[in-house]
Amino acid sequence: MSDGSPAFVRTALVPSRPPPVVTTGLAGFLRTRLFNSPFNIALTILCFVLLGLVITPTVKFMLIDAVWHGSDRTACLESRVGHPVGACWPFIRAKFAQLIYGFYPEDQRWRANLTFALAALLLAPLLVPRIPGKAINAALFFVAFPFVAFFLLHGGGLNGFLFYWLANAAGQAWEPSVVRFWIDFGLTAAVVIAGVAWIFARREGLRPVLLAVVAFVATAAVILSMHLDREGLQPVDTRQWGGLLVTLVVSVTGIVASMPIGIALALGRTSKIPVLKITSVAFIEFWRGVPLITVLFFATYMLPLFLPGDFTIDALVRVLVGTALFAGAYNAEVIRGGLLAVPRGQTEAANALGLSYWKTTGLIMLPQALRHVIPGLVNSFIALFKDTTLVLIVAIFDLLGSLRAAFADPNWATPTTLFTGFAFTGLIYWVGCFGMSRYSLFVERRLNAHRQT
Amino acid sequence: MPVELRKPPLRFGTRLRRLLLGDVGWLGGLAQFAFVALLVWIGHEIVLNAHDNLEAQHISSGLGFLSNSAGFAVNQSLIRYSESDTYLRVFVVGLLNTVLVSVIGIVFATVIGFAVALGRLSSNWLLSRVCAGYVEVIRNLPLLFQILFWYLAVLGALPVPRQSLSILGVGFLNNRGLVIPDPIPQQGWNAFVVAVAAGICAALVMRYYARRRLLAKGEKLTVWPYVLVMLFGLPLLSVVLFGSPLHWDLPHLRGFNFVGGIRVIPEFVALPLALSTYTAAFIAETVRAGILSVHKGQMEAGASLGLSRRQVMRLVVIPQAMRVILPPLTNQYLNLTKNSSLAVAIGYPDLFSVFAGTTLSQTGQAVEIIAITMGVYLALSLLTSAAMSLYASRIERSQRA
Repeated sequence: MSDGSPAFVRTALVPSRPPPVVTTGLAGFLRTRLFNSPFNIALTILCFVLLGLVITPTVKFMLIDAVWHGSDRTACLESRVGHPVGACWPFIRAKFAQLIYGFYPEDQRWRANLTFALAALLLAPLLVPRIPGKAINAALFFVAFPFVAFFLLHGGGLNGFLFYWLANAAGQAWEPSVVRFWIDFGLTAAVVIAGVAWIFARREGLRPVLLAVVAFVATAAVILSMHLDREGLQPVDTRQWGGLLVTLVVSVTGIVASMPIGIALALGRTSKIPVLKITSVAFIEFWRGVPLITVLFFATYMLPLFLPGDFTIDALVRVLVGTALFAGAYNAEVIRGGLLAVPRGQTEAANALGLSYWKTTGLIMLPQALRHVIPGLVNSFIALFKDTTLVLIVAIFDLLGSLRAAFADPNWATPTTLFTGFAFTGLIYWVGCFGMSRYSLFVERRLNAHRQT
Repeated sequence: MPVELRKPPLRFGTRLRRLLLGDVGWLGGLAQFAFVALLVWIGHEIVLNAHDNLEAQHISSGLGFLSNSAGFAVNQSLIRYSESDTYLRVFVVGLLNTVLVSVIGIVFATVIGFAVALGRLSSNWLLSRVCAGYVEVIRNLPLLFQILFWYLAVLGALPVPRQSLSILGVGFLNNRGLVIPDPIPQQGWNAFVVAVAAGICAALVMRYYARRRLLAKGEKLTVWPYVLVMLFGLPLLSVVLFGSPLHWDLPHLRGFNFVGGIRVIPEFVALPLALSTYTAAFIAETVRAGILSVHKGQMEAGASLGLSRRQVMRLVVIPQAMRVILPPLTNQYLNLTKNSSLAVAIGYPDLFSVFAGTTLSQTGQAVEIIAITMGVYLALSLLTSAAMSLYASRIERSQRA
C-alpha cells in the first residue's frame, strides 16, 4: 500500500448471484408448503392419491352416474340404465314427504311449514348481532314461539285461561264455552296487569304495564286467529309426527328448555347454600355421567312408573323431558364456566352498591357470563342436535328413523338406495351442524375482537 | 398490670352453622330447609307412585330376577354362555362386551386422533387440509348416523361369502362379517411368552441404565442395537429352541360358508369402526389444542439449547402439552365408552343392548334394570373424573411450586 500503487479496483463485473428461491406466488407456495422435503413430497403424493380415491367415486356416485327420474326401483337398476348406477335420486323424491314430515296428514302439512317459517323468521334476526331489539326478539322466540308452535303442530283448543286451570286443579272446573273463555281471559289479563302495575309502576313508570297490555293483546290476537277459544286446529297425534319435523321439535325444545334448567343448576352449583350446592352438583354429575340413551330409556320406561297411575304423558313429551334435563346438565357446566370467568370485582362492586343477590345475578353476573359462553352453548346445541337421532331407539321416527323406515320399502330396494338415503340425510345433518359451528366461531371472534390488535 | 388472656371463642357453634347454612344467615337456612322438605316430598311421592304402579302391573320389585334363566342367545360372548344361564350372567357378558368394544375403540381412536392432529399441524398444506376436512366431516355428523351407515350401507353391501373380499389371502370380508385366522397355541407358546416378557424387561432395564449414566456422568451410551436384539432375538431364539408358538388356523371356503378361523360378527366390525373414527376427530382437536397451547418461546428456547426439532417436540413440547391434553382426552375416552351403548341400534350385544334391551323387555323390571345400567356407567365416569381431578390438583401443585 505504501509504494504508491493504487488500491485494487475491480475492472470486470462480478457475475450476479442466483436470485433467492421464490417463496411467494404459486411456485413458491408449492415449493415451501408442498414439496419442501422428501418426506413432505411423499406425504403430498399420498394425499393426492387419497383425495382421488375419495372424491372421484363420490362425484361419480352423486352426479355423473346418478339416476334423476323414475317412479320405482326398476329405474335405478343397472340392467335398465345400462351402466353402473350411482345415486338413486327418485327414491329421495318419492320419500321426501316422509323424511320431512313423517306421517303428518298431507292436508295439514301447511301447519308444519308455517311453524318452520315462523321459527326461521324469529331466529334469523336473533343471530345477527347488528339487528336491534334482542330482548323482545328473544322473548318471542324462547317464550311465545313454543306455545304457538305447540298449538300449530298439535292442534286443539283451550278450555279456559288461568282461572279455569286453577279451578280445575281444585276440582271445581266449569263447562267450557267461548263466552266463559273470554271472561276468564279478561279477568286473567286484569289481574296480571294490575300485579305488574303494583310491583313496577312506582319505580319504572308505565312501560312495564304497557308491555303487559301489549302482550295480552297479542295473545288475544293469536288465540282469535287460531280459533283456540273454540276447537282450534284439527288435532294431530304426535305418533303421526316424524322426519325432520321431529328432529327439529326435539332439538329446539331441548335448546329452549335446557337454558333455564342450565342457568338454575349453574347458579345452584355456585351458590353458597350447602344443600342447594350439593343437590345441584349431584344432579349435574348424574346426568353427565350416564349415556343419553339410558336417559331416554329412563324417560320411556321409568318416568311413567313415577307418576300417579291415572296420569299418562305422550311418548314424545317423555323424550323431550329426558333430553331437556340431559342438555340442561351439560349447559349448566358451560354456564358455570362463564360465571366463574366474570371477574370478582364485578360482584364486589355490585355488593358495594347495595344490590341484592338476585339483582347482582340478574343484572351483573348473568349478562356477562352468558355473553362469554355463547360459543360453548352453541357447541352443546350442536351435540344436542346430533343426539336427537337417538330417539329412534325408543321408536320415535326422527329424520334418521324415517330414513330407516323408508329403506324397508321393497318398491325401492336397489343396491344404491341405502347410499342415496345416507347421502341425503347426511347432508342435512352436516349442513345444520357445520352452520352452527361456523356461527359459534363467528361469535367467538366477535367477543374476542378487543383482544386482538 | 397484665391483662388476662381471653379465652378463644367457641369455634364449634360457628363451624356447625357454617356447615349447615354456609353464610346465608337464618333466612337462607329456612329456605334451605324448605328445599329439603320439597325434595323429600317429591321422593316420597315417587316411591309411593312407583309402588302402586308396580303393584297394578303385578311386577314384584327386587333383584330376584337376576337368578332366573335368561333363555335367549347372545351372538358374541367372551365367556361361556348358553341360553339356560341366568340374567346375572347376561349382565356380565354384556359388560365384558362393552369393555371389549370400548378398549378397541379407544386404542384405534387414540392412534387415528394423534395422527390426524399431527397432520393438521404439519407444514404440508395439503396434508393439513385433508386432516381438517376429516375432522369437519366426521364431527358434524351424528354418531348414530355413522354407525348405521357403516353397518347398513357399507357392511350390508358386501358380497356373499362365496365372493368375499380377500385381505391378503388370510382375512375375508363378506356380508356375514369378517373371517380372520384363528391363533391356536402350540407347545412353544409358553416359552415364547416368557421370552417376549424377558425381552421387554431387559430392554427397559437397559434404557433405564443408559439414562442414569447420561444424567449422572453425561455419557451417551448407544443401547438401541442391544434393545433390538433383546426384543426380537429372544423370541426368535425361543421359536428356534421350542418350536412355533402359534398355529394359524386359516379360514377357507367350503360350500357356502367359511370353515376354520374366527368369525367376527359385522356388528363388531361396524361399532368399533364408527366409534373410533368419530372419537378420533374429537381427540384430534383436543391434541391439536394441547400442542398449540405450549408457548412458542418454549420451542425457541429448546432450539437455542441446540436440540433438534424432534428433540424439542419430544422433550419440551409434548410433556407440557400432555398436561393440557390428558383431562379432555380421558373425557373423550369416557364419551366413547358411553357412546358404545348405541350398539343397541345395530344389535351388538353390549351391556345396554342385552341388559336394558332384551332383559328389560323380557322381565319388565324397568326400575331395577335401568338403575343398574345407569349405575354402571355412572360409577365408571365418577371414578374417571375423580382420578382426573386428583391428577389436575397434582399438576396445579407442581406448577405452583
